[in-house]
Amino acid sequence: MHELGIMTGVVETVEQAARDAGAEKVLKVNLAVGVMTEALEDALFFAFDVLKENTLLAQAQLEVDMVQPKSVCNDCGTEFDHDRFHVLCPLCEGANTTLIAGRELKIESIEVDLPD
Amino acid sequence: MHIEMNQPILAKNDGIAAANRALFAEKGVFVLNILASPGSGKTSTILAIIEALRDEFNIAVIEGDIASKVDSEKIKAQGIPAVQVNTGGACHLDSDMIRRAVEVLNVDTLDLILLENVGNLVCPTDFDLGENAKMVILSVPEGDDKPLKYPGVFQASQAVVLNKVDAMSVFNFDEQAFRTSVRNLNPAAPIFPVSATTGQGIEDLAEWIGQGIRSVQ
Repeated sequence: MHELGIMTGVVETVEQAARDAGAEKVLKVNLAVGVMTEALEDALFFAFDVLKENTLLAQAQLEVDMVQPKSVCNDCGTEFDHDRFHVLCPLCEGANTTLIAGRELKIESIEVDLPD
Repeated sequence: MHIEMNQPILAKNDGIAAANRALFAEKGVFVLNILASPGSGKTSTILAIIEALRDEFNIAVIEGDIASKVDSEKIKAQGIPAVQVNTGGACHLDSDMIRRAVEVLNVDTLDLILLENVGNLVCPTDFDLGENAKMVILSVPEGDDKPLKYPGVFQASQAVVLNKVDAMSVFNFDEQAFRTSVRNLNPAAPIFPVSATTGQGIEDLAEWIGQGIRSVQ
């Protein structure tokens, strides 16, 4: 949901970063999107294609790394991968856990073309 | 040339939310973000909470709706300050709307601010408002399978309210199945079965909120 709003933010932020670096063109944008954000990969690509027109990103390729959920159990210290329906610690079955990956929504890096 | 950025995309909303959160902490106000489908009983539950807590705490409400003042009028009719935010189409409140609404309230005098989000089980989950806790309300007529269908909001909430329990016999609502599906997503959140209109179960919910208020003062 709101992939259009999310990608508007991405395009603006990336364009500014590219300008600050003196670049004329963005070649690639690498996003990290946690599975638990419920953002749809297809919708992200669609929004990107629509919004990149007439910007420094017009020819850029989008890459999305969908990050799987991972938690740490605060009781026994176990780190474990899981899906959203299985959040209990697999070792001690405790509920006292902290999510350490799977909810991120960030621009990891970009590739730009600098003028010669 | 490769440029490392590691930058959150919702930075703008999150930044304002963090500023809201800092203000609430400084003033010792407990802020509760209430999420639910349209018609589940958000406003009715808020009115019941107000009745239970108003003698002990100073309360204000920020109402979020696409249009109309229907909800804020109901709150004001009880002599409680209410700010109506009309989003004009946005399906969720965002932190900037809350920042501006709070400017209209006398935060120095308040103990509790209830945020009634736009009726929606999907979008509000993603938008931090700077609250202390999220509370999701699911009403019996909506069905016991909603946690399976809308895991995000049940997972993100610190409390789950099951409203309209007085209608349980009219609908085929399997409370045990509901509790199990909530537990699988969110083992820590307390579940409060209530009827906002009869008052059943409201005392326990009000006690939980009262504990929250005392924890920030």
